[in-house]
Amino acid sequence: MKQRLSTLLVAAAMSAAFAVHAQQPVKKPVPPPAKAAASAKQGGITAEFEKFREVLEEDNPAELFEARGEDIWKHKKGPDGASMAQCDLGLGAGVVKGAYVQMPRWFADVGQVMDAERRVVHCMVKYLGYKEEDIRKQPFSNVNKTPDHVSVITYVAGQSRNLKIAAPQKHPKEKETYEIGKEIFAYRAGPYDFSCATCHGEDGKRIRTQDLPNLRKPDQAIRAYQGWPGYRMTGGFMLTQQWRMNDCFRQQRFPEPGYLSDSITALLAYMTATANGQVYKGPGIKR
Amino acid sequence: MADPMKIRAQMKGDTAEVRVLMSHAMETGQRKDNAGATVPAHFIQSITVDVGGKRVIQGQTGTAVSRNPVFGFKVKGAKAGDKVVINWVDNKGDKRTDETTIAA
Repeated sequence: MKQRLSTLLVAAAMSAAFAVHAQQPVKKPVPPPAKAAASAKQGGITAEFEKFREVLEEDNPAELFEARGEDIWKHKKGPDGASMAQCDLGLGAGVVKGAYVQMPRWFADVGQVMDAERRVVHCMVKYLGYKEEDIRKQPFSNVNKTPDHVSVITYVAGQSRNLKIAAPQKHPKEKETYEIGKEIFAYRAGPYDFSCATCHGEDGKRIRTQDLPNLRKPDQAIRAYQGWPGYRMTGGFMLTQQWRMNDCFRQQRFPEPGYLSDSITALLAYMTATANGQVYKGPGIKR
Repeated sequence: MADPMKIRAQMKGDTAEVRVLMSHAMETGQRKDNAGATVPAHFIQSITVDVGGKRVIQGQTGTAVSRNPVFGFKVKGAKAGDKVVINWVDNKGDKRTDETTIAA
């Protein structure tokens, strides 16, 4: 609760800063037509924030978590001597390079479509002896702890830096998962009668100064994909794509899905496949 | 034992640009945990940087520095291939030393 409050305060402080900034004269030689003016100003604020983010990305503490995850992946041994070298992320046992951007995919060994996070947790339970119920106790990071599986996911994501997203859509189950995701995306429910599409189904929507991507389009779906897993500066810990998806459910006042839920995999399949062909820049940084 | 630092050092003209990422909790001693107990202060207290065997920075840091901090600085007169050795010590006596060489 405290954490959420401080996040809100930071958000409030930031929007105040933006408001001050917005009053500065805009450096524009030719005044744009009246209708475009509002959106140009809006774009300017977003551009400023993007610049800020770029500077931070040069030295992203996410790298520290990548290193920690790499250490677990390469050196940790399970109770019977197994290691993550046996973990197949879809490109063969132990292959990490490029695997993150090619999930969710169908995994024949479990007969399921799994997203990256789900697959990593599956492997850590199977080979390294982690207990699924322990992971479920604290699936996401907080100020006190970034769990091991989050570091490993960050490492796996880092190994797909600057690679093109290519979520497979060949297996009938992959196609089905995509369709289910599309359905959930448009499904209106809850006390606000919201769906994902309410905010992310049209161009040019925003919440306060935050531009919202239209996740039905490839060049915008990438904006929601990009930057996760992300290092949250408030508190200093890593958050994953699953966390972000759960948070969207919370914001819609839906019941939050259980960790590694099928519905999240379906939504990720829909979003990732929509963003296919775009370049993933690796773990990001969030305010 | 603390996690390793990430150090990047590169020549830009006649100066070396060094950036270091440190993995540290940097607890201020002001925060309370879920049970309401104060989380004890735990922070990096001193930092030293040696470039090419010469001490270039000897600094003291406190609780105002963020968690997992990044430090960046420029060193004049350094050259490619020089060794950069960075060391920190925290208030609990935990320490860490990492090094790299300056890239051209």
